[in-house]
Amino acid sequence: MERLRWVQQCCRQLLAGDSRRGWYSDGLPTSSLLNTHSPRGRVCGKQRTVFPRNGRHQQDYERVSRNYKSNAISTTKYTFLTFIPMNLFEQFHRAANLYFLFLTLLNWVPVVEAFQKEITMIPLLLVLIIIAIKDALEDFRRYLFDKKVNNNVVRVFCGTQKSYVDQCWKNVQVGDFVHLSCNEIIPADMLLLYSSDPHGVCYIETANLDGETNLKQRQVVSDFPLQGEEFTPESFHSRIECENPNNDLSRFRGYMEHSNGVRVGLHSGNLLLRSCTIRNTETVVGIVVYAGHETKAMMNNSGPRYKRSKLEKHLNTDILWCVVLLFVMCLTAAIGHGLWMNSFKESIFQVDTETPPALAGFYIFWTMVIVLQVLIPISLYVSIEIVKLGQIYFIHNDLSLYNKQLDSRIQCRALNITEDLGQIQYLFSDKTGTLTENKMVFRRCSIFGVEYPHEENARRLEVYESENTETAVCSVTLKSGYSGKSLSCRSLSCNRSSVSLHTLTAEPMEEDQLSGHVQPRTGAFCSRMAKEVVPDPALGRKLNWLTNHSSSETPSSMELTYITDFFLALAICNSVVVSSPNQPRHVIPEERTPLKSLEEVKLMFQRFSFSPFSALSPSQIKGSPHSLKSRLFIRGKRGSLTLSTPVSNTTDVSSSSQENDSKPDLSAREEEEQDVEDQETEDDLKDTQTNPDEARQSMQDLTKQVEEITDELVYEAESPDEAALVHAARAYRCTLRGRSAESLLVDLPGIGSLAIQLLHILPFDSNRKRMSVVVRHPLTGQVVVFTKGADSVIMDLAESPTDQTEVYSHIKEKTQKHLDAYAREGLRTLCIAKKVLKEDEYDLWLKAHMLAESSIENREELLLESAQRLETNLTLLGTTGIVDRLQEEVPETIAALQRAGIKVWVLTGDKQETAINIAYACKLLCASDKLLTANCGSKDACAALFEDLILEVQGGESLTALTGNGESMSSSFILVIDGRTLGWALEDELRSNFLELSRRCKAVICCRSTPLQKSQVVQLIRDHLGVMTLAVGDGANDVSMIQVADVGIGISGQEGMQAVMSSDFAISRFKHLSKLLLVHGHWCYSRLANMIQYFIYKNVMYVNLLFWYQFFCGFSGSVMTNSWVLILFNLIFTSAPPLIYGILNQDLPADALMELPELYQDAQTSKTFVPYMFWITVLDAFYQSLVCFFVPYFAYAGSDVGVLSFGSPINASALFIILLHQVIESNTLTWIHMVVLVLSCTSYFGFVLLLSGFCVTCSPPVNPLGIELLQMSHSLFYITCVLTTVAALLPRLFFQALCNTLHPSTVLKSAHMDTVDSENYCRRMQRWNMTHSKTNRRSAGADNAGLEPSLA
Amino acid sequence: MVKQESESANRPDNTAFTQQRLPAWQPILSAGIVIPGFVLIGLAFIGIGVALFVTSRSIQVLELDYTGDSNGSPCSSCSQSVVTNCKCSLNFTLTTLFQGPVFFYYGLSNYFQNYRRYGASKDDNQLYGDLSYFTSPSSSCSPYDYDSSKKPIVPCGSIANSMFNDTFTLTWTVNGTTNNVPLDGKGIAWWTDYNIKYRNPSVTPLKNAFNGTVKPINWAKPAYELDASDPSNNGFVNQDFLVWMRRAALPNFRKLYRRIDASGDYQKGLPAGNYTIDIAYNYPVRAFNGAKKIVFSNVSWMGGRNEFLGIAYLVIGSLCVVMSIVMLIVYAKFKFPDEE
Repeated sequence: MERLRWVQQCCRQLLAGDSRRGWYSDGLPTSSLLNTHSPRGRVCGKQRTVFPRNGRHQQDYERVSRNYKSNAISTTKYTFLTFIPMNLFEQFHRAANLYFLFLTLLNWVPVVEAFQKEITMIPLLLVLIIIAIKDALEDFRRYLFDKKVNNNVVRVFCGTQKSYVDQCWKNVQVGDFVHLSCNEIIPADMLLLYSSDPHGVCYIETANLDGETNLKQRQVVSDFPLQGEEFTPESFHSRIECENPNNDLSRFRGYMEHSNGVRVGLHSGNLLLRSCTIRNTETVVGIVVYAGHETKAMMNNSGPRYKRSKLEKHLNTDILWCVVLLFVMCLTAAIGHGLWMNSFKESIFQVDTETPPALAGFYIFWTMVIVLQVLIPISLYVSIEIVKLGQIYFIHNDLSLYNKQLDSRIQCRALNITEDLGQIQYLFSDKTGTLTENKMVFRRCSIFGVEYPHEENARRLEVYESENTETAVCSVTLKSGYSGKSLSCRSLSCNRSSVSLHTLTAEPMEEDQLSGHVQPRTGAFCSRMAKEVVPDPALGRKLNWLTNHSSSETPSSMELTYITDFFLALAICNSVVVSSPNQPRHVIPEERTPLKSLEEVKLMFQRFSFSPFSALSPSQIKGSPHSLKSRLFIRGKRGSLTLSTPVSNTTDVSSSSQENDSKPDLSAREEEEQDVEDQETEDDLKDTQTNPDEARQSMQDLTKQVEEITDELVYEAESPDEAALVHAARAYRCTLRGRSAESLLVDLPGIGSLAIQLLHILPFDSNRKRMSVVVRHPLTGQVVVFTKGADSVIMDLAESPTDQTEVYSHIKEKTQKHLDAYAREGLRTLCIAKKVLKEDEYDLWLKAHMLAESSIENREELLLESAQRLETNLTLLGTTGIVDRLQEEVPETIAALQRAGIKVWVLTGDKQETAINIAYACKLLCASDKLLTANCGSKDACAALFEDLILEVQGGESLTALTGNGESMSSSFILVIDGRTLGWALEDELRSNFLELSRRCKAVICCRSTPLQKSQVVQLIRDHLGVMTLAVGDGANDVSMIQVADVGIGISGQEGMQAVMSSDFAISRFKHLSKLLLVHGHWCYSRLANMIQYFIYKNVMYVNLLFWYQFFCGFSGSVMTNSWVLILFNLIFTSAPPLIYGILNQDLPADALMELPELYQDAQTSKTFVPYMFWITVLDAFYQSLVCFFVPYFAYAGSDVGVLSFGSPINASALFIILLHQVIESNTLTWIHMVVLVLSCTSYFGFVLLLSGFCVTCSPPVNPLGIELLQMSHSLFYITCVLTTVAALLPRLFFQALCNTLHPSTVLKSAHMDTVDSENYCRRMQRWNMTHSKTNRRSAGADNAGLEPSLA
Repeated sequence: MVKQESESANRPDNTAFTQQRLPAWQPILSAGIVIPGFVLIGLAFIGIGVALFVTSRSIQVLELDYTGDSNGSPCSSCSQSVVTNCKCSLNFTLTTLFQGPVFFYYGLSNYFQNYRRYGASKDDNQLYGDLSYFTSPSSSCSPYDYDSSKKPIVPCGSIANSMFNDTFTLTWTVNGTTNNVPLDGKGIAWWTDYNIKYRNPSVTPLKNAFNGTVKPINWAKPAYELDASDPSNNGFVNQDFLVWMRRAALPNFRKLYRRIDASGDYQKGLPAGNYTIDIAYNYPVRAFNGAKKIVFSNVSWMGGRNEFLGIAYLVIGSLCVVMSIVMLIVYAKFKFPDEE
């Protein structure tokens, strides 16, 4: 099987036409989740020491580096000399080949010899040669690719010449200094020592490695003394200690010890990975630490995936039955032969009389094994592989699975589970990026407890939506007709649920309100949308006040601080890389001339220097215009805080070149304070007189300005949320303009560009569910932590400042309310918080953090701890609501899948409300569905709840059973379970109850679930219900789920390629699933199942002919056929038709399958390939072989017919029967079928006629000379053949016709519907739609929000 | 333009083949198609069946068992004794003309010429006249490759050794006069066997080729003396030998012995009258409970007499018609199924 995997791999790549990445692109980055189990990382706990190879440390170098692999790679399996023995050795690891070998060897034993020795070798040789050729080609391709890669040229420092010289990749050694220019590919894993970038960063593109095209930033080893000036390898004397090679792409630990003993910590940010590309950096120099096969890229080459399909497992039992059958037949022959021998006293025609009958019987047993060998359809395995390749070819080439926008087809990564697609019973879907676009658009926000609904923004989104399709509008109007009824239904379900369940429908008020907001549904996504955020007028006015202090609505200064910090956080609390089409990405653009004069900037500055901790009167929170008095009071407070700030710290800000105009002079500031206040008072007075029109004017200015910027900057974010937030901030003129390792350049409204000193980034991880940046605040000079994260986490961490508990908790309360509303609306919520650090606090933390950073062991844990230490006592600034639109046709797809009998589960990390809302939007939930919510605080409560819920569900089921048929759809149960409860549910004690419950539910929604839980759920369902599961997801958090499921599908979306890399199939849209499953899955399954049955039938039928003959030749293992024909009959003459059958047959047209997803259920429950079908097939084969043998037998009985002459009509009619049987079984016959059938016939007759004409002594002992020619000149031959063929096929024909008339199966019905009865079909579809839309009206609130208000 | 092309480089070809939309014939086996088909097949089969049946009836076959198992039969003495060259004779009477051309067969039953090891026990190269195989026959002939004195047996092997060696002469008695019925022994073997597959070594006289070899153990005469009357009918191309070497497929078989020479009185076949067959009874069959018989038969376009085929065609044909009637009833009942 191993060989076949390679073949498949080869063919897949050929099919994919994607040899660009070739060998490197396969099975790449598996999740870090898996990598932690990597044995290599653990087993060798030793470290690797690297000395530079610059001539200075020759001895050390040679001592240490002797065992390090060089950079030459060889991915070939064989060399020229070892190919034959190694390939043979590998091939004989397969059971099939061993069986063939056994038969061949058996035939060499004289007493059991059945055929000529050469003939039994033919099947084996054929298989071996075909596979060997494929292996050789594959290996040769790899060899060529290796050669190409190895001979790439790179500039490497040569110790003797003291300069960089061109070297082949294969000659690069560990310790070499490699000099790379922009757009060059990195030849080995190396530490970045020098970058031409002034900030010591370099950008790499990892597309070759993981397919992600966004740029990753890498940094020069921190504190590297040579930084800045031109790097000279000779002067490098440091020693590098790092961990041994492992396959974890995201982890690298080590330190560099300088000659003076100072150690510098190394991390993955310093490491340039092999096969990545240098971008946007002129030159870089690095020292190689891992080379060749020890690089992380090479160690991640795990090769293609191999999964065993359910059908294949099933097939094995059938094969086992064939073995039993073979055994019985051979035993019969052995006993028969013994008895037969026993009946003779002496014999004139016997060759040997000495062998006792028992022994002769034993010999005959083995002879019969050889004679009847074809009964075990060993070639079936090869045929299945070929058929699957064909199926993959068609799936791969399907136009409807092609995404025009991305120019991507479906990728079939696992090649041997195509038929599993036809048997899926449970579908586990991720939400974000799978059901939704994962293209985030800023929708609304809440700051300082004030909600900014961004109505304008909503309208904009609506416009985009309505532009999409007219059909969407149509369906909306249709559904609205049922709203009257739906309302009553809803209230019914409300009543029910209010008794025992918490449901969303319990808050009708909220819902109506929500329906006013947009719920994006379908439609092609325009990336413009994410960028063009229309600012909320209220918020815009408040911000504008900063610019010209002339807003009519004057916010409180505290609120203003919140707002500014909020947008500042949006702009900087991320890892977005900024680039613009005109400029290289890494260069921080020149600062623009500030909008105001220096003096004014300083004034602005002062105005901002409010601490969030400053005292605040409750009246201010309510938005009352601030009084001069209170502001003065605040000012004073701030002043005292500023005093505690050491002046020296601020000088760091000036490290970048922008110091002259934006850098605050703190010492001066305090002195000027008094003046400023005076001036402000004047401003305030001015404000009150401002014309309201001015505000509008300024709004227009603002938008204009935003558009201007839009054209210039390109943000490359790791996650779309980040990008959406940055864009949102830019809409409010808080623009991120550039980023380097130490500073960020941000435009602030009314101020212009500011350089912000970036102290730390604490990157996002799924444990903390948040990220933070530590910066020196550009306006206050304080060390500030901005944190952005999941609401649950931030809300827990956000603590009220001791002196203002009341005020603060009020804000928090309000924000929480907004959060809940956002979630119900289906928005993704993120909370923004900040924390001001005192310098001594910061110093304390910094020390601990540095320690954590430089440690080699437990670095991750320490960093996590360190981050957690910092992210406490946060001050909540506000929250954002981001819209993630549903992908197009998601509701339709889910509806189709549910009609197909597939239970759809949604596993998401999102909030419960968000998840439920999305579920409504995508019609996973209907209004009449009863929502069972499981949120438990303890395990016992959970157990009790499950009991209750099961009772409830059973009650509901019996009710439906009582009321009768039909509307069972309307009262389904939907289980919503949160992560914590899920954790208990997955434990042993509650598992069975959970299964029982979830089995009875139409759908299950798991929210707040971790990646591990996702995979546990899939595993639980798969193992305990014994069903076929499919997991679909797009992100790294879905990887484990995808790997656990029987079929894993990755969606190549916004979140990198990890899901795709671990998946079996990779699609680009969720809607492709319906075609993939309903059509291709169905086809693949029915094709393969039918082909396997046909294959078994064919073998049993043919082998039985030989068996029946044994009754007339004393069970002596004699055959009535030339042994060539016997061997080639299966191998050549009848081998192509089943393949064509397996690749091309369409039991139903694609349209019918798409429109009637119910048809999927046939295959789902293995209807086509149930055990009794196997026995029916075998029985039919027995019958046909009986007819095929005994009709000629009686026709020729008593005549002077010779052995081979007798076999001739039998073989011919067997061929006809086998081929026509397939025609009967085929649902579609194209010209390809015809050509293959004709070719099969002609190849058989051509071969036998050739033998009969020219084979004089070629086939001893049974010489076919003249047989067929003579036979075919007799009319008896044709009379017999016609009678045999018709008699053999008659029952099947009759049975099928009778069945089709009596019980027209759904299959046939739809076929009729499709062709004959289209009118009736339309009627049915309409009726179905009607009943369905009735049940759907609940989702209208979420779905057609834009149109609903007019009705409400 | 170039950019656009490269943008959709991955787009699959939109052909009927790759999109699996090839025009296809969909054989849906429903009553509407099957009923006329069955009727047609049934009628055709009944027609063929009647023709076959009538033809088969017109073929005359005369079988005479001469094994001599029962005491009353003419050859019982020969079957009991072990003496060689035992003679016996059979009498039969034809009341009407036995339509010619008449074929004269000998038949054996319970004789397994298809036994695997028996069938393999010959040397095709030797029989092809290759002299090198005369001195060293193939091991497949074992144990009939060398005799007890290690001399090679030619022709070697079990088939040749067990060659049928009863001989028959047929006499016709009419009006008191006894005539020898002329038997034609030429052309009873296959053309390909006689001309291609079997050859005598090109040595004259033929006897010399067999120097240093011995005749098969059971044979009375060596191969080159099989037919004393016709020197060209000797060696491996002896017609009787060729007929015997072509193994029968089934354990009850007959082999062509002679044809009645269609000349003189026998131009139209065997005329009515009393006939006597004189048998040189040599071949033992009691050891395997076999039986021997003599068969006279004439042939038609469908070969020898075989009533099975005619009956089978009639049965299958009628079955088809019955099935179509059943289908018709079913179809009439379910033609308009209620669409819910």
